[in-house]
Amino acid sequence: MEKQRFTISIFTENVVGILHRVSIIFSRRKINVQSIAASESEIKGIYRYTVVIIETKDQVKKVVGQLEKQVEVVKAVFHTDEEVVHQEIALYKVKTGVLASGGSAEKIVRAHNARVLSVETNFTVLEKTGHKEETQQLFDDLEPFGILEFVRSGRVAITKPMRTLSSIVEELEQLIKN
Amino acid sequence: MDQTAIQMKTEQQKMNGSQAVVHSLIAENVDLIFGYPGGAIMPVYDALYDVEDQLKHILTRHEQGATHAAQGYARATGKVGVCLATSGPGATNLITGIADAQIDSTPLVCITGQVASPLLGTDAFQETDIIGISMPVTKWNYQVTRAEEIPFALAKAFFIAKSGRPGPVLIDITKDAQFEMLDFNYKPFKGMRSYVPTPKLDLSKVKEAASLINSAKKPFVLFGQGVLLAEAEKEFKSFIEKAGLPAAWTIMGLSALDSDHYLNVGMLGMHGNYAPNKLTNECDVLIAVGMRFDDRVTGDLKRYAKQAKVIHLEIDPAEIDKNVKTEVAVIGNAKESLKELTKLITENKHTEWLEKFRTLEKEEFTEVINKELNPTSELMSMGEVLNKINQFSDQKNIIVTDVGQHQMIACRYAKFKHSRSSITSGGLGTMGFCLPAAIGAKMGKPDRQVIGIIGDGGFQMTIQELGTIFQFKTAVKIVVLNNEFLGMVRQWQELFFDKRYAATTMVNPDFQTIVKGYGIKTNKVEKRACLDDAIKDMLAYEGSYFLEVLVGKENNVFPMITTGASVSDIRLK
Ligand SMILES: Cc1ncc(C[n+]2csc(CCOP(=O)(O)OP(=O)(O)O)c2C)c(N)n1
Repeated sequence: MEKQRFTISIFTENVVGILHRVSIIFSRRKINVQSIAASESEIKGIYRYTVVIIETKDQVKKVVGQLEKQVEVVKAVFHTDEEVVHQEIALYKVKTGVLASGGSAEKIVRAHNARVLSVETNFTVLEKTGHKEETQQLFDDLEPFGILEFVRSGRVAITKPMRTLSSIVEELEQLIKN
Repeated sequence: MDQTAIQMKTEQQKMNGSQAVVHSLIAENVDLIFGYPGGAIMPVYDALYDVEDQLKHILTRHEQGATHAAQGYARATGKVGVCLATSGPGATNLITGIADAQIDSTPLVCITGQVASPLLGTDAFQETDIIGISMPVTKWNYQVTRAEEIPFALAKAFFIAKSGRPGPVLIDITKDAQFEMLDFNYKPFKGMRSYVPTPKLDLSKVKEAASLINSAKKPFVLFGQGVLLAEAEKEFKSFIEKAGLPAAWTIMGLSALDSDHYLNVGMLGMHGNYAPNKLTNECDVLIAVGMRFDDRVTGDLKRYAKQAKVIHLEIDPAEIDKNVKTEVAVIGNAKESLKELTKLITENKHTEWLEKFRTLEKEEFTEVINKELNPTSELMSMGEVLNKINQFSDQKNIIVTDVGQHQMIACRYAKFKHSRSSITSGGLGTMGFCLPAAIGAKMGKPDRQVIGIIGDGGFQMTIQELGTIFQFKTAVKIVVLNNEFLGMVRQWQELFFDKRYAATTMVNPDFQTIVKGYGIKTNKVEKRACLDDAIKDMLAYEGSYFLEVLVGKENNVFPMITTGASVSDIRLK
């Protein structure tokens, strides 16, 4: 079976140590995590981890099974790129002089629809959101002008086919009452 | 809710964290715990001092011993095993037992002391990140830093440890939380939304499974510890009897079905019986009940039961399709699943198919079993010893084993007429497991005959627990099968490493002298002529008894599925 990119969404209780519990499930199987992002979900107290890995479908299924088995994991699901709407954010620090001269660097910034976040005498911080390929393209285009610092966030993704989290949680909470 | 809990609920009591620990244990109906004291857990020990009559503490001689004893206790009784240890080295010494309990699904609650909360992360004296260390080998763990968390954390710990697929839980309590005061109010834990211990049974899956079984010509059942954990022994028996299904066990499932039941076709896996391994690759429907297709059971997965449609009855959804692809997965508690499934299957005898097992059994008997049980060699065989125990006892013993050749022989040859009677380290294969586990089993089931079968190697891994036997007058029977080798490793060296016996010869001390020092009755058998009497003497003896038997030094355990081979390539020699 061929490896492909999967986005795993893990919904957890808000407890100390859960990131460790989640991450050892990957590391134990020697799976390299491509990116990870975490934040509170639409339900207060439930956190959402978005993890991107490149793996076979068989393996990702097993990993998700192990994730969901964790006592404090509410739900874990996996999706292919086609099944999610996803985005990343990247920040680029370049010399202000490079942009000020009105040359091709400025054109590149415009062409990429990048935003200027901050302009200082010595440096300017640019922001671009998009898929990894897009933020990478801007990186490649700016590289000849010198990039002083670069950072890209983990992928965040909204799934197209998933049931709403609230209906899942409701069902689970009903189970305890019975 | 039980009486104590109701009482507690109505009258809140002021107490400190340590007292809350012991009163939480009492509220969970715990009456026996295993442990070892030290600085960071001293307040809890102090609280124990006041409740000694309700909550007995067994001082093992090493924290590893405490975990294995708690495992033995849990496996024999079905209750949660509890251990207590101090921070740092006390806590790290628990890890082997916790890992063993995790892989063998044994319910444990381990409580560790921790440095005071302001010292966390400062490399304080005896500080170790036991939460981080134990995370991969616990079902759940939690660090308590405030006294008021204690009753809730412990209630949750017990709930998680014993519900669903059981497992070990660790609660780490900082020393300041043990001293702090709280209003004690114990409520049993009812459940949490992120954890579904027993998934709801899907009856349509049961139907699918039944129709596969009903149309099968050569159905074959594999069962594991799930049957024992679900207390589904009766349901299991009705199930196989109704449709005449031959059933083979993993070593974790041993004793769930009487050894002499006509449908019990023996042991699966690397050193299991010939027929069930061979016929795994001939059956048409394979029904796995509460087992997880461990690699020691399946051999090469690419050549495992490929011709069969697989039905998997399992409580843990993560086990489905993990190793073997299933046709029908019936997720749920085995007791309930089996009950429903039995209703839908049709009566059958499968006489011809069963006959196939009998034929291969005969072959194994001539080639292996008879030679093992009636050897012509001068030194005794391990199987011979087990056979004598069967012969001179009512076969209602609890047999606890260590890890190695003697373990495989004991599992192969010991006879059982009683469930929860085989206690062995299956998934982790932990040498040193037997002696403390036998102590725990005997303490949990004082009326049963508990016999530990150990190799001379494994015996010396937790030999210090003789001190526990001595102090608590634990009437366990310990049989050391002495081959003066790390036998199982030597066997592999003989078969696969040109007999290059690297580091497997054991120069042993005089075990008789050592055991005598602990005030335990001892005996040593060097000649076959003395074996019968020695075993009878041991079985009849009231107190603890140590029997050493000198067995053939270079005997091998057969049959054997060598690494990478298929179950049907099982070798008889
Ligand atoms: C803690 C631990 N260390 C190492 C091993 C590897 N090992 C498996 S069996 C075995 C030999 C056991 O020898 P002994 O206790 O004398 O039993 P025998 O095989 O001779 O019956 C060893 C070293 C193990 N299972 N557990």
